[in-house]
Amino acid sequence: MHVFADPTNFDAYVSGFLWILKLTGASAVIALVIGVLLAAMRVSPVPVLRGFGAAWVNIFRNTPLTLVVFFCYFGLYVTLGLSLSQELDLNRYWLGVIGLSTYTSAFVCEAVRSGINTVPAGQAEAARAIGLSFAQTLRIVVLPQAARSVIAPFGSILIALCKNATIVGTIGLLESSNIMKDLINSNGDAVIPIFLVFAGTFAALLIPTGYFFGWLANRLAVKR
Amino acid sequence: MSTGSILYDHPGPRARARNAVLSVIFGIALLGLLYWIYTKFDQANQWEPRLWEPFTRSATWTQFILPGLWATLKAAGVGMVLSLAFGIVFSFGRLSDHWWISVPAGAVVEFFRAVPLLLMIFFIFYGVPFLIQGPVTAFWAVVIGLTLYNGSVLAEAFRAGIRSIPSGQSEAAYAIGMRKNQVMRIILLPQAARAMLPIIVSQLVVLLKDTALGYIVAYPELLQRGVNDLSANYGNIIAAAMVIAVIYIVINSLLTWFAGWLDQRSRVRAFRIPRQTGPAATAGATPGGDGTAVEPQG
Amino acid sequence: MRIKRIAAVAAVAGLAVAMTACGGDSDEGGSGTGAGGIVSKAESQKKLVIGVKADQPGLGLQTGSQYEGFDVEIGKIIAKGLGVEESGIEWKTTVTANREPFIEQGTVDLVVATYTINDERKQKVNFAGPYYIAGQDLLVKSDSTLTGPDQLAGKTVCSVTGSTPAKRITENYPDAQLEQFDAYSKCLPLLEGGQVDAVTTDDIILAGYAAQDQYAGKFKVVGSTFSDEPYGIGLKKDDTAGCEKVNEILKAAAEDGSYKAAWDATLGKSGTPAPELDTTKLTHCGAV
Repeated sequence: MHVFADPTNFDAYVSGFLWILKLTGASAVIALVIGVLLAAMRVSPVPVLRGFGAAWVNIFRNTPLTLVVFFCYFGLYVTLGLSLSQELDLNRYWLGVIGLSTYTSAFVCEAVRSGINTVPAGQAEAARAIGLSFAQTLRIVVLPQAARSVIAPFGSILIALCKNATIVGTIGLLESSNIMKDLINSNGDAVIPIFLVFAGTFAALLIPTGYFFGWLANRLAVKR
Repeated sequence: MSTGSILYDHPGPRARARNAVLSVIFGIALLGLLYWIYTKFDQANQWEPRLWEPFTRSATWTQFILPGLWATLKAAGVGMVLSLAFGIVFSFGRLSDHWWISVPAGAVVEFFRAVPLLLMIFFIFYGVPFLIQGPVTAFWAVVIGLTLYNGSVLAEAFRAGIRSIPSGQSEAAYAIGMRKNQVMRIILLPQAARAMLPIIVSQLVVLLKDTALGYIVAYPELLQRGVNDLSANYGNIIAAAMVIAVIYIVINSLLTWFAGWLDQRSRVRAFRIPRQTGPAATAGATPGGDGTAVEPQG
Repeated sequence: MRIKRIAAVAAVAGLAVAMTACGGDSDEGGSGTGAGGIVSKAESQKKLVIGVKADQPGLGLQTGSQYEGFDVEIGKIIAKGLGVEESGIEWKTTVTANREPFIEQGTVDLVVATYTINDERKQKVNFAGPYYIAGQDLLVKSDSTLTGPDQLAGKTVCSVTGSTPAKRITENYPDAQLEQFDAYSKCLPLLEGGQVDAVTTDDIILAGYAAQDQYAGKFKVVGSTFSDEPYGIGLKKDDTAGCEKVNEILKAAAEDGSYKAAWDATLGKSGTPAPELDTTKLTHCGAV
């Protein structure tokens, strides 16, 4: 533990996890919005929208996140010239958020779509019978009911998102995985304690999150 | 609810016209965006033949991409077999009646699901050699990392699958005098396996993509060979990344399609009508499943 | 209740498989040095495993199944001096972070991979050489007016995450902004695109990139080094005999012209004359 007694190392450890939390937070919100929109597109009556949603999901779900993040950096920033902040750290951070949320939204979309499938057909049919449009049916009747059954998958997606945030390290953000690498490189004798501290922190963050979502899902589950 | 079409009426003339207008507007906007990206890449000289010409040479494929692809498939294949074994062992362990088996098994599964694979692979490569007093190769660092993570995810999936079997099944089995072992093996596992098959296959997609994290220990997989090493020779990193991305998408789409096909097949057999494709859909719809089965790890 | 026993046994067996799997795999890991050091291994097996870089043009670049570059040529000279044929050399890709572990764990016998000799590393491995003295420098666009690190304030520099050059920039030139990746090759598109003003690492590595066909005429090395990076050949810490032997081979190579030939065939191609190998500066191989 002498490694973390050194204030510089301890600060690095804290800042690494702060980046992870910030990446997770922002990406979760954006991925949720995009994912729900995509799901709506995929069940919509407009063929082009359906095709777009399907293409999005198939492309981003089947590409390694490392490559998605790579394209955000080298495609959006280096080639298309999209600079999100004058400060390099923030620029990397936002490009990372774009990559993470694009990738995660594909999984959110699929979870929502399967949630929609759990709502009994009678609900939508009744909604249509009273004259609701597609958008109204989805927004007022179907999605609120589907929400309950997607809580558990959302929990898994959130947990995976938090772990995936370490991949933003490949574009130079000094998040936990880069900090751990750095500490291990300079403290070769303490590899095991360093790993246990980092892995333990992730476990301490994510295992309760998993149980919380499990509890929530059970509480809100629709008994049919 | 089977398909989206339940959500809206069969389009009449006005709805059809509106949909057509929406299609055209959205389509034009999308094409415009794509064209803008194309011209921007053009301005950055990304379409220069010099950057793409290496992909017409056989050496690029035989020396970089195919060996990388083989290394990726090898790690994914071995990882999958070991993950399945790990998953079965630990799901049984977690369902055990003895706390001294179920608690440690649960702790192992929860721990490995919570640790990022990147840290795991890095630690196995640099840390474990201190523990076992011998080297760990990059290949095994990747495979063991994949096994611990995906095996834990599969263990949870199996557990959910076994628990989702109606209790009448095991009650009937006990009533005719079967032991717990027999009930598990003969009654529950075969039924759970059928329900779990699509999840298993879609987890393979996740596992295959995760091999890309092998770059951290310099395992010469597809991303490392096809993007990093290839572009060190030709200076065409963005072009190379595009080609490699297409290869990943094709392979994983085939696997996803296979998962969807299995899903449909098993659903027909089990007299469950809802047609769904894709791993997330399957996870959410597993009866009684807690939906933790498929996680979109990198 | 047999299920529990079966589960327990299977769990143990599963772990055992995993353990042996990571421990006992020899063909993947190459066959590193045994207890006897490289001299006896070269004599008895006529084989050597040499770790080189795979992504540094001019020094160690993997071109398909082959490796080429100055480090690779130095590796060949050493192997020859130890009586190992070129066919008996197994090249292995190393990256900056795994050089010490590879040597300590015996994955490779020798490392010739732009490997700077320093005190921290000396605690883990033994160094022969140096066979070349590099220095940290800057790679800039041909029309850039940057002449040295002192002008970096407010500029953006690209390097590899956690590397010594990157750390030197953060410590000594805190006014410069730093872009970091896992490989130098990712810095070059940024230099080309103008997102960074310079790429920094050892001059010799930068020269290798600048000389590549696809960047010909686009970049230049500034040429004012701000550190000394003596490149050594890494071996096991206790292999003093092997280290001394490698130093002897280097001395002989300086005299018979094979050192110059190695340079001319690789980094010297662009016309840079071969440096003098100062044999008085060779290490003492850990002897005090």
